[in-house]
Amino acid sequence: MKKLNTYFRMHAQNCIGALGAMTRQPLASSLTIAVIGIALAMPSALNVIVQNGRAVAGGWDNIRDFSVYLKPNTPVERARELRDQLDASPVVESARMITADDALLEFQDDPEFGELLTTLESNPLPHTIVVRPTEDVRPPDLQELASALARRSDVDLVKLDTDWVRRLNAMLDLVRRGVWIAGSMLLVAVIVIIGNTIRLDIQNRRAEIEVTKLLGGSDGFVRRPFLYTGFWYGLLGSCFALFLLAISLWLLSGPIERLAALYGSSFRPLGMDGGTVLAILGGGLLAGLGGAWSAVARHLAAIQPRV
Amino acid sequence: MPTSSLPRSSRSGTELAGPTKMIRFDNVTKRYDRGREALSNVSLEIGAGELIFLTGHSGAGKSTLLKLIALIERPTRGQVLFEGRNIGRLPDRAIPRHRRQIGMVFQDHKLLEDRTVFGNIALPMIIAGYSPREIRGRVRAALEHVGLLDREKNTPTMLSTGEQQRIGIARAVVARPKLLIADEPTGNLDPELSLDIMNLFRRFNEVGVTMLIATHDTQLLSRLGGRRVMLAEGRVELNGGDESPRSGL
Repeated sequence: MKKLNTYFRMHAQNCIGALGAMTRQPLASSLTIAVIGIALAMPSALNVIVQNGRAVAGGWDNIRDFSVYLKPNTPVERARELRDQLDASPVVESARMITADDALLEFQDDPEFGELLTTLESNPLPHTIVVRPTEDVRPPDLQELASALARRSDVDLVKLDTDWVRRLNAMLDLVRRGVWIAGSMLLVAVIVIIGNTIRLDIQNRRAEIEVTKLLGGSDGFVRRPFLYTGFWYGLLGSCFALFLLAISLWLLSGPIERLAALYGSSFRPLGMDGGTVLAILGGGLLAGLGGAWSAVARHLAAIQPRV
Repeated sequence: MPTSSLPRSSRSGTELAGPTKMIRFDNVTKRYDRGREALSNVSLEIGAGELIFLTGHSGAGKSTLLKLIALIERPTRGQVLFEGRNIGRLPDRAIPRHRRQIGMVFQDHKLLEDRTVFGNIALPMIIAGYSPREIRGRVRAALEHVGLLDREKNTPTMLSTGEQQRIGIARAVVARPKLLIADEPTGNLDPELSLDIMNLFRRFNEVGVTMLIATHDTQLLSRLGGRRVMLAEGRVELNGGDESPRSGL
């Protein structure tokens, strides 16, 4: 029990002591923490943006829909027939018809077009069929369906407009991979920064390390303060990264909402979720302890007392 | 001088087992990388509670002998037994525990300048894991022994050389080591301060600490008693009372 108490007391002393040593060099410590924070925040911010992009793109499922405009004067029965045919097709989830009359009514409610339409003698609008393909439709099948429809004599125009969504998704995948690569490189950079900081710390405290070893301090005893220093750099660096990320997201939330509104999406920007917070904290602590450990492993054993 | 054979076991109590040898050198040779033999076939026994002065010119092997005891160096040949255990064979990871049994005093005292006197003396106790309360009590007691109780908040640079050395001694005895070794502890001090320091050592010896003090200051020793071991060119030249050195040396 006493031994356990001693163990925890020594850890607590080292833990607080390492923080105390950092506060005695406030400028150097803050700069290191800032660099770590920025290096951790950059990939995290990119990742949140990509996640938001995917959420936006995901919200545009209905963009799979395409419209089939029939030639004017096509009888409504004919249009219904085509609608039923489409509805039965295996690649179509649903087909909805907007008759010329319905469309006219819709436009008449519109303050801009309403007046214009009353000046026309006849309804200029065609019947329209809005086709929603099944979710797992392959793009070539969809393309084939669209061109088959376009070849029909009673079809005026098929408006298929899904390519850009696919391009966006592909682009987001690319960016996401880029975020992973940049994130890994920056994590390595953080490990190197912390390792180097600890290495300098070890050099500055050479006399203390030598004396401690002479007085019978074990390797663990000598190592512990430096590992705790790495721990604090990692922890404080991640906290700073979270702070930077929160500010960036706050600055971005306005524009993102406006952008989403422009596309008629009810999308709300995603903030930091628990996963992001944990990833940043975990990455920071891992880098902190990893960097400290690598410095300690390489440089501490080399310091032996010279008498 | 007791001449009993090997100690019974490494754990034998020094009091109960009679004249147990705390340290025993058995034909120890130490050769450094460049081929120079710092110690040649040295055999020596040191009993618990003894006060021994290790003398000889510089380069005679005094420091090497102390380093072998503190496991700062390992013997090239022969055995160094500490309480019956061959410490030359101890694995590296066992070195810290071994050193915690020994107090060390250095010529340049090796105090940490960025810590207070209190912090310096407390270091061995912190390493050994004592509680803050125990540390406070024992550090103050050690400071009182060396007569510097009022300097605990100073840093070593604010003290005189003699005071710094006394702080070094307080640090060496604070964790109550079985053995205290000192390498030229008076090397930087004038004769009067040297005598002060040596008397301090003697007082610690009187309360039971085994002492091994390396010094070239033979004049000083004539007034101090204790056993003298004299080294010359890595060999034991003289081992015994306070006889004068042989002629020709």
